[in-house]
Amino acid sequence: MSTVVAAKPTGSLQGARLPKWFPYALAAGSVALGIGISFAAGLESNIQWGLIAAILFVVGTYVIATRVEGKRQAKDRIATSLVWVAFLLAVVPLVSLVWVTVARGVKVLDIYFLSHSMGVVADNEPGGGIYHAIIGSLEQVGLATVMGAPIGVLTAIYLVEYGRGKLAKAVTFFVDVMTGIPSIVAGLFILSLMLQFDMQPFGFAGSLALAILMMPVVVRSTEEMLKLVPNELREASLALGIPKWRTILKVVLPTAIGGITTGIMLAVARIAGETAPVLLLVFGNPFINNNPFEGAQASLPLYIYQQYANSGGAEAAYDRAWAASLTLIAFVMILNLGARGIARWKAPKTGR
Amino acid sequence: MAKRIDVSGLSAYYGSFRAIEDISMTVEPRSVTAFIGPSGCGKSTFLRTLNRMHEVTPGGRVDGKVMLDDENLYGAGVDPVAVRREVGMVFQRPNPFPTMSVFDNVAAGLRLNGSYKKSELSDVVEKSLKGANLWNEVKDRLNKPGSGLSGGQQQRLCIARAIAVEPKVLLMDEPCSALDPISTLAIEDLIGELKERFTIVIVTHNMQQAARVSDRTAFFNLAAVGQPGKLIEIDDTERIFSNPSVQATEDYISGRFG
Repeated sequence: MSTVVAAKPTGSLQGARLPKWFPYALAAGSVALGIGISFAAGLESNIQWGLIAAILFVVGTYVIATRVEGKRQAKDRIATSLVWVAFLLAVVPLVSLVWVTVARGVKVLDIYFLSHSMGVVADNEPGGGIYHAIIGSLEQVGLATVMGAPIGVLTAIYLVEYGRGKLAKAVTFFVDVMTGIPSIVAGLFILSLMLQFDMQPFGFAGSLALAILMMPVVVRSTEEMLKLVPNELREASLALGIPKWRTILKVVLPTAIGGITTGIMLAVARIAGETAPVLLLVFGNPFINNNPFEGAQASLPLYIYQQYANSGGAEAAYDRAWAASLTLIAFVMILNLGARGIARWKAPKTGR
Repeated sequence: MAKRIDVSGLSAYYGSFRAIEDISMTVEPRSVTAFIGPSGCGKSTFLRTLNRMHEVTPGGRVDGKVMLDDENLYGAGVDPVAVRREVGMVFQRPNPFPTMSVFDNVAAGLRLNGSYKKSELSDVVEKSLKGANLWNEVKDRLNKPGSGLSGGQQQRLCIARAIAVEPKVLLMDEPCSALDPISTLAIEDLIGELKERFTIVIVTHNMQQAARVSDRTAFFNLAAVGQPGKLIEIDDTERIFSNPSVQATEDYISGRFG
């Protein structure tokens, strides 16, 4: 193998290169030095020695690389290390979040927890479960998807395949506006309608608000997927004498279905965690309510909030809240994995 | 079964821009007619007016008459979808439907227009693939995806798909320009066989191909960029390539411009 630091030959195409283990050695050295410096200066926080180590690493890379390799390679290494530092800054909180949720959530998570409600257990006592919240979430999100997804997909088909004039422009504009509606405003809108008719909270009202939040996301992602279908496929189908609506149904949609399903699943994952409209419209209920059209229901994000806020700081309540958070994250992750699985299964096959 | 085409006074527009002006010609049934001319002279636009595909482009508009035997394709109350079942088209780049198998691709024209039993479809698919000289190569892989074939095979698959619906006329827009010479030869031989059953119109940039394949040739040209394309001369292929009547045709054929 090459020597540790090769001298730079003059007048040839070759330049000196630092060995491959250099970044790791320097990283280890910076971390050690960083810990040493913070120890010596009496700094307590992990973040501070991490920052010191990062700065030492970047500066050390630049100085040593300039010495050995040259200015351009040094700048290249700086860019690489900055990218790595940014990546770690992004990933560390994410990993930490999942870690904390799992660590705290598994304390009370078991089959009993998943299959019982909070019916006879007060908020500040141990025991109980989230069955009613899971049922509520599934029903509310399910009904919202049944309403929001078809409307979203059909709107996108109109915008891409048919719309040419003023109506299409107006629809696009309003979909863009709707993408930015805060969730609590959607909740207030449905609440105002409910108050007009003197209605009590019920699960389907939450579904309506969630459908309003879901629709623009579905429209946007479906639109993008439909635009990706090459125009020559549509022309080939039209040239066979297949009417336009059949072309869309049997040629364009099947080609785009993987991406459309992914978009819908991601929209569903988003609304599964919405608390504000559910708080206003569904109100929460410690008992199991299987009917979304009558009576208040619970929902997972609402449950988490209520356990935290209404329990007066009881340990048992916090444990339950963490377990419910873990369940919610698991639910969203399963939806995401499902979306990827469907996209891969439905992708246009390229086998020989 | 193949029909004759009579075009009179046809102009086609993209919005307000007139792309081709006042074209009149006749295409005899069971013959091959080639359209040649420099880039941008309106050959493909004219081809697409013959099966009412031009109006699919936003802003596309046509004036004039196209008679298929004794029916005006642009008459009042004529359904463009019905026209396209009579006049089929094969495009420049092979475009089999990616989500369908070879069998489904060839059967698509029939299946998406009505319901047929599997056995009826099998017969039609086999006949079309044999007609397109592709049967021997795909008979063992009918259920594999259509996009897994080579370029030349995909183009023959598209031809099989087009002839499965038994059109009266087959339009081909530079069908060999994306293919290698061996596949091109296969398709040119195929055109020679297909002309027994269909009227064929082919647009081509390759003059030698026009000379090999067609019975009659039409030469299109533009006066200048931004001007509409016109039909300069249409005649028997031998006459066009040996002794054309118009100087512009002579110049184009001998490569003085292109």
